[in-house]
This record gives sequence, structure tokens and C-alpha cells, in this order.
Amino acid sequence: MRRNVLPGLRLSLGVTLFYVGLIVVLPLAALVFKAASLGPEDYWRIVSSSRALASYRVTVLSALGATIFNLFFGLALAWVLTRYRFPGWRIVDAMVDLPFALPTAVAGIALTALFTTNGWFGSILADFGIKVAYTPLGIMIAMCFTSLPFIVRTVQPVLEDLDPALEEAAQSLGGSDWEIFRKVILPLLTPALLAGVSLSFARSLGEFGAIIFIAGNQPMSTEITALLVFIRLEEYDYQAAAAIASVLLIAAFVMLALTNWMQSRALRYTVRG
Amino acid sequence: MGATRTGRKPPRVGDQPLFRRMLIGIVLVIVALLIVAPLVVIGVEAFSKGWAVYRDTISHPDTLHAIGLTVFAAIVAVPVNTAFGIAAAWSITKFDFWGRRFLLVVIEIPFSVSPIVAGVAYLFVYGLQGVFGPMLDEYGIKILFAIPGIILASMFVTAPFVARELIPLMQAQGRDLEEAATSLGASGWRTFFSVTLPNIKWALLYGVVLCNARVMGEFGAVSVVSGNIRGQTNTLPLHIELLYHDYQAAGAFAAASILALIAVFTIIAKVALERQGAGRVRRPALVASPAEKTQ
Amino acid sequence: MKIRLENVVKTFETFRAVRDVSLEIESGELVALLGPSGSGKTTILRMVAGLEYADGGHIYFGDQDATDIPVRDRGVGFVFQHYALFPHMTVAENIAFGMKVSKVKREKAAIEARVVELLRLVRLEGLGDRFPAQISGGQRQRVALARALSVDPKVLLLDEPFGALDANVRHDLRRWLREIHRELGITTIFVTHDQEEALDLADRVVILKDGHIVQQGTAEDVCRNPQSAFVMKFLGDANVLAAEVRDGKAYASGAAIDVSGMADGKAELYARPADLDWSAQGPGIPASITRVLDRPDGRRVLATTETGEQLEFDVEPERPVKAGEGGFVTLRRAKVFAL
Repeated sequence: MRRNVLPGLRLSLGVTLFYVGLIVVLPLAALVFKAASLGPEDYWRIVSSSRALASYRVTVLSALGATIFNLFFGLALAWVLTRYRFPGWRIVDAMVDLPFALPTAVAGIALTALFTTNGWFGSILADFGIKVAYTPLGIMIAMCFTSLPFIVRTVQPVLEDLDPALEEAAQSLGGSDWEIFRKVILPLLTPALLAGVSLSFARSLGEFGAIIFIAGNQPMSTEITALLVFIRLEEYDYQAAAAIASVLLIAAFVMLALTNWMQSRALRYTVRG
Repeated sequence: MGATRTGRKPPRVGDQPLFRRMLIGIVLVIVALLIVAPLVVIGVEAFSKGWAVYRDTISHPDTLHAIGLTVFAAIVAVPVNTAFGIAAAWSITKFDFWGRRFLLVVIEIPFSVSPIVAGVAYLFVYGLQGVFGPMLDEYGIKILFAIPGIILASMFVTAPFVARELIPLMQAQGRDLEEAATSLGASGWRTFFSVTLPNIKWALLYGVVLCNARVMGEFGAVSVVSGNIRGQTNTLPLHIELLYHDYQAAGAFAAASILALIAVFTIIAKVALERQGAGRVRRPALVASPAEKTQ
Repeated sequence: MKIRLENVVKTFETFRAVRDVSLEIESGELVALLGPSGSGKTTILRMVAGLEYADGGHIYFGDQDATDIPVRDRGVGFVFQHYALFPHMTVAENIAFGMKVSKVKREKAAIEARVVELLRLVRLEGLGDRFPAQISGGQRQRVALARALSVDPKVLLLDEPFGALDANVRHDLRRWLREIHRELGITTIFVTHDQEEALDLADRVVILKDGHIVQQGTAEDVCRNPQSAFVMKFLGDANVLAAEVRDGKAYASGAAIDVSGMADGKAELYARPADLDWSAQGPGIPASITRVLDRPDGRRVLATTETGEQLEFDVEPERPVKAGEGGFVTLRRAKVFAL
């Protein structure tokens, strides 16, 4: 460890720790404390109630569907934006950030307007017998929208920085485009893809604003976990809210740990031995 | 040997014209359906009942109050978060101390936590069922279901925004400049303002812009702690929900159009700042660099 | 495989990287493309490989016009400047890649056997399971070569093969590459900006400047008979004196050398440090010593002529010279180029 020669450690670290403590750690600790005060039996009863289980099911499955869609679409979008130049690519590149910049409630009502049976898309889909708004499909579409930029924005810089010589080397060795993509490019994108996937999935698990408008919010079928927490609060059932919220919190932490683990595994070849 | 051959490039992977056109086509269609259409529908719906309804909604006292509250929350939360971001980046990048990596992880936590969870968590600190709630109540201090709660919840969800722009950049820039400045006798503040700040100003602004957009648009966390009192603790996103559930769809979209406009300006500012080099230094661990760069 | 470039031209945006280059490389020859940065040497190599397409002219592999054949069908082995090893594959997987993706299907066992053989050729037995990040620069260089050789290329192309290596590693690898070339007899072209590397290694050195070939020949040819001031300066240290040619003789600062056949007029005289000597008496160029630099193999003398020109030359270690001393610089040999 090197000696600290610059001034300001005490002030800056003091401010940082105080702020993080007050704004981030204290509330989360309070939530954990509240949930823990329930006792194992009550806690388990609440978090494993059939309504809660149904909410996990719809949340996780929709998030999974949205993430898989974004995995393919995000990779394709990142590829198109880094490899191809076409009129308006800069605008498309900027538009990718819209789901981050647009407030979730605004996205929610906009998507609902598009996909209700008399909306622009909903009316066409209704002709084919596909119902989106107020179904799990609607939840998935809202999740697709809000988590869309994650994979694009994690993959894009890696794709840009990919040494062109690697591709040229693979070509000079006789590889076809598909082989080069599968055996050289894709493996090198994997750490970034995994990072994007876990961010996207985590965001979808916790998303609230964009979903509640389009979801229909029927218990047992289209009620996401975040909404169930909210409903328990409105019923003044704070213990249940704390317990179910703690499940979401644990899921977030598991995702964080999983992300770090997957990344270090995927990048193990860069470690010098 | 003709002029037409100038500038020919050997095909890279994925350069076959048919594949290329198809992929661009598919991507553009999905972007149009999933990103452009929602933006357009906001504008169309906002004016579906005519200009008068739009104007009336926007100029309604409740809407104006919601706008005012949203702006106020941003005016308080953004500067505080900016100061925190600078302090965090300075301490983490300019010093070595035990637990540095752990602190980095803790700062990023709000990104992975559901806004609803954040709201509930604040309830258990400042609410009547919470740690400090009863005590605060005794002194008549109201945090929850009032403006301070809204601001605190906004601070939580946006806490990492400035810090995570500054940390990778300041990490990459190292400590040499600051050490040189202090060795020449500059004070800590002087060093920061004349040496560090000029190098990070665009990244700082970038973080501020994104932080601001999120504060103004936050819905989940705020809806838990605000109490949704019309004309009192209603921010603009909450006001949209209220109008929407009151079957005033055109009004809801009118209010939403303001936020959509802010989002568009945020993106324009983001692009402009990226031209200045902001937002480019990203977690270097993600870049699987060629072998010779890992030395 | 014999390679022939015919009036090859390449322009990037507005930069004319290669201007009308014609070159023939015999089968089995080891040729160096030598030049400063921006001379077009790497672009020529990449056009031979098919990594760039020529804007004009033709490239023949044997009798076949290869100008428009893409790199993957051209049958060349290319060693990249920074090796471009696939970082996520082990050394053995890197070497096997070309055989696995080849249109010629091979048995798994045959590929493995070939990998072992190539690892032995590049003396990296036992390192097959390492990742590129886990081996040294010199080892990576050899893996890159083994990988390029794995597809049995008709031509081996190396872009600044030793550029990223330490001086001593570079020296060993240079000798080793020469041996491999002798063993395999494969037509080889390499690009370098290091004249010593080109002269030591190549059968023939092609010197480039601003997209043109300025001179080519064996190391002996280009060293003994540089055709231009550029080649003279680029190949090594040279003293320059302003000179005047009159009646078949060049006069510079009091020295005169025979240049029969040269037209009269202003010129420049070039002499290597080893081409000059020092003596207390004339005839010669009157000068005074400004500094003496002692080196393991001799003494480098810095002197200033009466006309103010700076000269550098070497004398034997025993020679008692010191700063401030006056005397005469004598010319053993020199080249004169008209201005």
C-alpha cells in the first residue's frame, strides 16, 4: 500500500461514509431488521403464500422472457450500431437511451396506450387473437422497454474496442464469418453480455412504474412482486410488505453476486499465471 | 485499373450486403415499434382532446404544483448527490484504504434495488412503524408523506449516478497531477478546483444530467413515501398516475409530454456531452482486451 | 510460391499510401520491406495478404491473379504486429484454430498431432495449455508464427515481427526465424522499420519511402551502393558535408574525392563514422575536437570543422585524443549525391 500524500481523505471519506450510511445502508438495514423481526415461521408463511408465489412466478418468467429478447435484440442493435453506417445511425444510437431517460410512469401509460385493444398495435394484434395489455405479455413488453439499453450499452464499447486484427487473423486462417463470430467474437463479448443480461434481469425484477399501467394487476396472474409489496402497504400490512420487499432485496443481492462471479469466470483467461 | 476500385475494402465479418441489410432492417423496425412509437403516442394522445384540454391540464394548479415540487426535489437532491459523488470519487480514487472495493459495491447498490423496495425501506426508518418515526413524530417533524421523504427517496435511487461517472475516469487519470500540484504547495481545495475539476467537468456534468432526469422521473420509490396528496405531495410522475386513474387520459398524457420533453433534452445533452468525451471511460474489466494489453 | 506485384496503388481517403509499386519475390525467398513509418510497407504487406484491396495494379501468386481473392482463400500465413492471439483460447487452441475451421476436414487426432509438431517447431513444448496472457512476449510471437504456419500457407507474411520485443529477445528470435525459414523454405515477406533487422535477416531488402520503392537488393548491395541520400541516411549514421562537384571531383571543406561521371554543381557528401579518421597533420579537413565519447569497442569523436560543420567518427580505443585538440579529418571513402 502506498502512502497517502494528497489532502482531503478525512473530509471526503467522512462525507462519503456518512451519506452512504444515511441514504443507502440505514434504510436497507431497517428493512432487513423489520423483516427479521417477524420470526422464521411468520416470515416463511408470508413469502411463500400462494399469492406471493404467483407474483414471483409472473415476475421472474416475464423478466426472463424480456431478458432473452433483449439479449438477442441488444446484441443485434449493438452490432448494427458499431459495424454498419447508414443514414440516421446517430439518431438510433441516441434513441437507445430513451428508456433510461423516459420516466417509467410515462413509459407505462405510453405502452398501455399502444397495446390496449383499441391502441395502434393492440388493435392489429387483437385481429390475430393476441392480447397484450393486462396480460403477462404486457408485463414482458414493459420490461423489454425499460431494460433495453443495458445489453446494448455494455456490449457496444467492447465491440468497438475489439482488436480488428483478431478478426483478420481468424480470416487469414480460413474461418467463415459464422465460425469467426461464434468462436472468436462471441466468446470475447461474453463477459459484457453476461453483465448486460444480469443488469437487465435485475432491473426487470424490480421494475414497477412502467409495468403497473399495462399489467392489469390481477392477483395470481398479472400481479408482479413489486406491486404486491405496494398493495400490502396500502392495506397497512407493514410486516408482509417488509417480508416480500426483503425477497426482492435478496434477489437483487444474489444477482449482484452472480454477476461478479460470472464475470470473473468469463474473464479468467486474462489473469496472468 | 480504374477509378471505381478506389476505397474498396475486404469484407469484414457480417459485411455481406444481404445479411447487413436484413439486420439493419430488423433492428430499425424493432426500434421504431419499441422506442419511437411510445414517444410518438405520448404526443398524439396529449393533443387527442385538442389544444384547449392540453393547455388546461398544464395550467391547472395541481399540475403546476406537481411541476414545482418535481423541480424543487431536483434542486435539492441533484446538488447533494453531486457533492456526494465528488467526495466518493475523490476518496476512492485518490487514496488507498481498507474496504475501498467494498465501498464501491455499496455505492452501486441502489442501481440493483427495486424502487419499491427503496420506498418501503424508508418507511421503516422514518415512518411511524420505523426506527426514528415515533421520535420524529414526538417533535412534530414530518418526513414521510411529505416533501423531505420525496427528496430522500429520490436521493437513494440516484445516489450512484455522479459517482459512477467520476470514479472510472478519475481512476484512469491517476494521482500524478494532484500529487504534483500539492508538491508545488497548492492546498487541497486549490488542487481540486484548478487541477482535478477541469479534467472531469464533462463527466461530472454527464452524471448530473442523468441524475437530474432520474430524480424528475422517479415513480416507484416516491409513490411509496409521498402519500400522493394532490396539490401537496404529488410530483409530476405521480400526478400522471392520478390523472390516468381518474380517466383523464388526455390530461395524463399532457402531463407526460412535459416529462417526455425533458427526456428528449436529456438525451440531446447526453449526446453533446459524449462528444466532449464524457461517458466513455467504462468499467475496464468488461473489456476483454487482446493479450498484449493485459500486461 | 512466386509473388509478383504489378503497378500496385493504394489510397486511404486522400493519403496515397502506395504509389505504383512493382516487385517480384522468388519462391522461397526471404524479403524485408524496410522503410520509415508512412512509407507504405505495411500496406503492401496487407495487400499481399488480402487484408486490403489494391486500388490499382495486380498481385500475382505464381501465375494466378490474386488481386481480388479475399484473405481467407488466399492461403497466406500472417503474423500480426501485436500477434492478435485469441485471448480466450489456449496456446494449443490458437494453433489448432486454422485447422478446425479449414474446409479440408481433419481428424481430431491429426489436428492434435500437428499442434504438438508445431509446438515443437517453435520450441514451446509443454505450454499448450497456457493462455496468451500467461506467456512472455517472445513466446507469444512464436505462438503467432506456429498458428500462421498451421494452415500450410504458400506465403508467410510478418508485420514488424520483433517490434514489440526487448532487444535481447529480438536478437535470438531473429536467428531462430532464419533457421525456420531455411528448414521450411517458405516464401516469406516481413515488414520492419529497423534497418539492422532487415539487413541481418533478409535475402533481399526492399527500401520504401512515401509509397515508392527507392532501392532493393541484397544487404551487401544496399549497404555498399546506396543509390540516394535517403537510403544512405536511413541505413545508418552518416556525416553530411556540403560539397561542390567540378570536373569529376567533389570538394568539401578542403577534402576532395573522385566522382568521375557526375555533373558539375552543388552536392552533398556522406560518410559513415567508420569512414573518417583523425590525424594531427594534413591533408584533410581542418577541424577541432569538441568531445570524446568512450565506448566499450572504441572512441567516438565529435569534431567541428573550420566552416562550422559537425562530424562524428570512431577511432581505436588506444588513440590518445581529447577535447580541444586541433587536427585534420581524413576521408577513407564517401558517397556524393547531387542536390
